[in-house]
Amino acid sequence: MAFRIKKSILYIALTALAVLCLFPFLLMMVNATRTGSEIVTSFTLIPGQALAENWQIVSGYFNLFKGMANSLMVAIPATLLSGYFSSLTAYALVVYKFKGNKLLSVIIVVFMMIPSQLSLLGFYDLVTMLNLVDSYIPLIVPAIAAPGIVFFLRQYCEASIQPALLEAARMDGAGEIKIFHKIILPLMSPGIATMSIGTFIGNWNNYLTPLILLNSPDKFTLPVMVASLNSSTDITANQGAIYLAVAISVIPILIVFAFCSKYIISSISAGGVKE
Amino acid sequence: MASQKAVKSKKRDINKMGYLFVAPFVIVFLIFNLYPVLRTLYLSFTDYQGFGDPVFVGLQNYERVLTDKFFWRDLWNTIKIWGVNIVLQLGLAFLLTIIFSDIKYKVRGLSIYRALFYLPNLIAATSVAFLFKTLLDWKYGTINQILTGAGIMGSPVDWLGSTATAPYVISVIGAWMWFGNSFIMLMAGVQGISKDYFEAAAIDGAGRWKVFLKITLPLLKPILLYVGITSLIGGLQMFDLPFLMCGGTIGNPSGSTQTVVMYLYKFGFETNQVGFASAIAYTLFVIILVVSVIQFKVMYGKNKNEGR
Repeated sequence: MAFRIKKSILYIALTALAVLCLFPFLLMMVNATRTGSEIVTSFTLIPGQALAENWQIVSGYFNLFKGMANSLMVAIPATLLSGYFSSLTAYALVVYKFKGNKLLSVIIVVFMMIPSQLSLLGFYDLVTMLNLVDSYIPLIVPAIAAPGIVFFLRQYCEASIQPALLEAARMDGAGEIKIFHKIILPLMSPGIATMSIGTFIGNWNNYLTPLILLNSPDKFTLPVMVASLNSSTDITANQGAIYLAVAISVIPILIVFAFCSKYIISSISAGGVKE
Repeated sequence: MASQKAVKSKKRDINKMGYLFVAPFVIVFLIFNLYPVLRTLYLSFTDYQGFGDPVFVGLQNYERVLTDKFFWRDLWNTIKIWGVNIVLQLGLAFLLTIIFSDIKYKVRGLSIYRALFYLPNLIAATSVAFLFKTLLDWKYGTINQILTGAGIMGSPVDWLGSTATAPYVISVIGAWMWFGNSFIMLMAGVQGISKDYFEAAAIDGAGRWKVFLKITLPLLKPILLYVGITSLIGGLQMFDLPFLMCGGTIGNPSGSTQTVVMYLYKFGFETNQVGFASAIAYTLFVIILVVSVIQFKVMYGKNKNEGR
């Protein structure tokens, strides 16, 4: 009996914690449908009538859909590039014996541990020198060299590729590049997918790099756009509109999460076991 | 013999393909990873202002960093915010790991709880910052309304306006965002431990706490270290949350939430003292490195002694 009560208490506590994780988002959704003065005077979980009105204020201030499109224009190419080139690099490190293989592997581990802020100023200086300020190129191209992802895929490669398979393909006269594209990439795709979800979310949510690199408001990615709420005074007077703007920025990720939570969780678990 | 040689030379040719395959990575790595790291190091020894030619000034910037009382204040702020955050975050993650790995209670629904606990992690820090900034508003915020309405507090608290609460509010929000991540990693570690250990312990009649202290905890060490070091690297670079919630690089109220990276950002991108900002970056890096090594030594050094 005591056992059952204890177990119920555990479940209640766990559920309370889960609710605590969701509650701020629920408040956000509800408040997004209420007027500023309603939010200021009372608290409720019943949606209000002011969604359209709030939307008018938000859309008069900035175009969130443009921000989303901009974020996609950065996050999608960056994710594809890092998935493709990281698997290419990982595969080469596992399969081919060439000078510098070991050195490259060591450098990859070292750069995984180096904090990104360390190179922020040099990075900005480089981008200025290359005349690429206010362009998406410095947000996308560096994704080709992602040490952490190569590190993970390397281990995935070691576990999932059998030398006999490569020998057989070579016997059939397939070239190395063809082998990689026709045999290896499909074999590695679960691992690539796992890593790509993380890359996509990381890029979608990235704030500091686009903040320092982008100047023109019509190029702002979603986080930079949302952050520009800070400097606007008229919109801060209307809390409902702020909640709505934040809600719109959050919803795409909630949708992705609803469909991919399993993969997302397994990608973090993978990160945990790798050491 | 001849054919063997041919096979061998062909194999060497195949291995040469490795260069082609890693070439894109290496080129981009040299330009966008290695160069910025070295360039920042170089700039930290100059008086660079963001334009013109950098003039070499030796260790002047480092001297300035080490004697700058605001740098030390910000380092302390950062450690304070991170410290409270990591205790809450890892404590909660640990507690959850114990609950979900308990053999007696066999709590179900791990995948659902895990997903829900992880959710706050996915949301951009900018959105989280604005959400909480609005919810925590002194006069009009929903959180004060709930707390005063339920009679938990007599009068509304100015969460982000008081030095006594603002840094810790950031810590708590950080813990709320990241505990799910730590939990998933720790749980993955526990699931990686062979069931044999637990069964053997059960046969020997070991109690729950004994199992936890003697089996689970030691075997979780590598993952704990990994979580600890990644959290340290991330935590000492804390920027988004305090920057967006506490009035930009000022770190309101009265600089109590100004972190080292906010200080770096202020000089690097607002007042263009790039050389000085670069020295801040490298000083922070050295601190992170030293603390990581200490963390490593504390966790593994002791283990070695036990082995003797």
